[in-house]
Amino acid sequence: MKRTTVITALPLLLAAGIALPLAQGCKPANTKSAVTGDAASKVYVPPGKYDEFYNFVSGGFNGQMSVYGLPSGRMLRNIPVFSVDPEKGWGYSEETKPMLMTTHGFIPWDDSHHVEPSMTNGVADGQWMFINGNNTPRIALIDLTTFRTKTIIEIPNSAGNHSSPFTTPNSEYVVAGTRFSLPMGGDAQRDVPINTYKENFKGNVTFIHPDRETGKMSIAFQITAPGVDFDLSHTGKGPSDGWFFFSCYNTEQAYELLEVNASQRDKDFIMAVNWKKAEQYAKEGKGKMVPGKHFMNHYSDETHMATSEVVEQVLQLDHKELKDLLYFMPCPKSPHGCDVDPTGQYIVGSGKLAALIPVFSFDKMIKAIEAKDFEGEFDGIPVLKYESVLHGEVKKPGLGPLHTEFDNNGFAYSSMFVSSEIVKWNVQTLEVVDRVPTYYSIGHLCVPGGDGAKPWGKYVIAYNKITKDRYLPTGPELSQSAQLFSIDGPKMELLLDYPTIGEPHYAQAIPAELIKDKSVKLFKIEDNKHPYVSKGEKETKVVRDGNKVHIYMTCIRSHFAPDNIEGVKMGDEVYFHVTNLEQDWDVPHGFAVKGAANAELLIMPGETQTLKWVPTSVGVKPFYCTDFCSALHQEMQGYIRVSPAGSNIPLTWNTKSADAGL
Amino acid sequence: MEPVMRTFSRIIVALAALALGILLVQPIWRIDLWAPQYPEGLVLQIFHDSFTGNVEQINNLNHYIGMATIHDEMFPEFEIMRYAIFLLLAWGVLASAIGRRWALGSWLMGLGAFVIWAMWDMYQWGYRYGHELDPRAAIKVEGMAYQPPLLGHKTLLNFEAWSMPDVGGYVLFASITMAVLVFVFEWRRSSRMKLKKQLK
Repeated sequence: MKRTTVITALPLLLAAGIALPLAQGCKPANTKSAVTGDAASKVYVPPGKYDEFYNFVSGGFNGQMSVYGLPSGRMLRNIPVFSVDPEKGWGYSEETKPMLMTTHGFIPWDDSHHVEPSMTNGVADGQWMFINGNNTPRIALIDLTTFRTKTIIEIPNSAGNHSSPFTTPNSEYVVAGTRFSLPMGGDAQRDVPINTYKENFKGNVTFIHPDRETGKMSIAFQITAPGVDFDLSHTGKGPSDGWFFFSCYNTEQAYELLEVNASQRDKDFIMAVNWKKAEQYAKEGKGKMVPGKHFMNHYSDETHMATSEVVEQVLQLDHKELKDLLYFMPCPKSPHGCDVDPTGQYIVGSGKLAALIPVFSFDKMIKAIEAKDFEGEFDGIPVLKYESVLHGEVKKPGLGPLHTEFDNNGFAYSSMFVSSEIVKWNVQTLEVVDRVPTYYSIGHLCVPGGDGAKPWGKYVIAYNKITKDRYLPTGPELSQSAQLFSIDGPKMELLLDYPTIGEPHYAQAIPAELIKDKSVKLFKIEDNKHPYVSKGEKETKVVRDGNKVHIYMTCIRSHFAPDNIEGVKMGDEVYFHVTNLEQDWDVPHGFAVKGAANAELLIMPGETQTLKWVPTSVGVKPFYCTDFCSALHQEMQGYIRVSPAGSNIPLTWNTKSADAGL
Repeated sequence: MEPVMRTFSRIIVALAALALGILLVQPIWRIDLWAPQYPEGLVLQIFHDSFTGNVEQINNLNHYIGMATIHDEMFPEFEIMRYAIFLLLAWGVLASAIGRRWALGSWLMGLGAFVIWAMWDMYQWGYRYGHELDPRAAIKVEGMAYQPPLLGHKTLLNFEAWSMPDVGGYVLFASITMAVLVFVFEWRRSSRMKLKKQLK
């Protein structure tokens, strides 16, 4: 059936291929014809002036989150999350290593897909951003005062954490749904033949609670679900507050060649989760604790280090025992995007192989549930009748609908991967009112606040999957390409192309005012609670503990103290605990030592960071500052002497300071 | 015997004297520094007993050119300044109570002496800071001294420096101005009265 759709689409594509050149004077559409005269002035942010929006963009296969300014498209920062970043020492310094710990050990990479803001009353509040790790299921919380990853929690009993990290309207919960269903339980239950999928493989959705004060996260409960693939999700809000919606595909329950085998049924499902009910069941003690070992890693800005907590079990709510938790709404053709409009009334499912976009009505869904208007059951879950829950269908929107964002005027913007365009349609009337081509093959898209209760609107950004000829060529591997469109007028208007790093999936844009004035400039040295801090050069020292040598070191423009160290021997593990004594904005110092098998440290004012160094040869080894800090940066260097194992050179260090006052 | 001053004048003198109390809680002087890489500016605020503002940053920058670091403990003035302010305040109140022009005149002389001493003292410190440089300093510019301006603007390498009164300083000058105006007013008034007597 699905193959038929693609095949019928092909002549359409061919026809478009012929018609377009004819319509445009025998030349294919390109940027020249797409951009109007005053686009440049609309994206020009003069030197020294600020952008209007922060744009938080997932890094995809780079496992990170990058931050751009809008409308300029200027890249402001790349925040390391799930992947090591030697530039910032992320995953290399002793302090940050625990952030990447999982039940599989230290994992230096992940695939980060979706960015979601912390919300108050359904609107981004500027406190945090969340991002999911897809491959080794995790959710990270980014603190928007430091633009750093504060917490990473691992999701147990999950594989392919894709429908994540969307949050409830007041960020009571952040969700995770397993893309791959799995055999779960003890070792015996997990070690089963793959072809026993239907009987042994289960899905689930997890609700994680982030603590507003500390930023720590904990798993509140995990709801069992049938063994299908969960894809994307979004929260209900307004009238639908208390509900969460997940798209799912592979209701065929295929386990091989999904390309074909999971595309057989006409309709898959949008799963509606009554999370208020689940919360109530959890409070009433109706769940049970099941195996679910996971790590919760948290970085403290007081001790300047991360610690890991290991949790053995999770609270499980069984959807077969506890009624009224889950309902299925049939949705055509392997739905991908699952988006809820600002009023909370309409749920948009994007069947990526469908030739239409179904829009469901929350009121109709509630009425259908009350009237038990079911067409059947799927693994113990009532399946509502498609016609009973449908608000309507957007007819002929384009090919390959993926995701939908909303503006503040009742319009929706859907990305069309196959026909490479953004389609604007009216949520009430379901009429298509405008369409623009994207270059090329758009995946996600983003309107500022576009998945919240009060979108700021103004722009839509396309995150394209294919770049090709958009920029100067750079060999076979190209950057990704984002495109900024104005949505202020009745017609969408292309303003700007800008390259992005990694492979952006979802993104968020929120007004700079919500964030910029809360930005931390430095850490107060007197508040530094790092166990190896030196709050002044007088506190520096070198301590031997067996074969471990701890160097309490300080840096300030433009010297390290101590900067001559002797008495280290082959076989020692040396820990440079470097405190940056600066108390001035934007004066970080770097630290690198010859032959270190890890990376540099980049130490912000008032911080302490630790580099582990295992000498590999006898001799005098240099270390130096890697961040051009001052006119005397090149003088900011020192030596450490490494003697043969068993030599009796005493441990000594100099304490001479360039400035007696410090 | 000169006449008693008018009640209005005596109230003004009393208020001017009491206003000096503000010098005990507000900064008296400030030095602002600006450089290309410090668009937000640096400031050194001088209270009667301490420095505040970006003292650490300024110390940090000054070590390149060998200037001594600034610490509150190095200034014995900070120990005695409060007594000087108390004395001037009490002196002014007493002058108002006595209500004679000679008393007001003596207070004015006291205030003047205080200002001259304070400015001279600040000049001395500024001179020493700007000239007595560590011979091992990393950056030495031939013939360059880093004495901050006593009042107004001066360019010191990459920094533009401005030296001017802060709240306390303005209060002090306002008090002195009021006292001078009252003194002149009373002096002219008594001259007129003398003239009237002679005409009778």
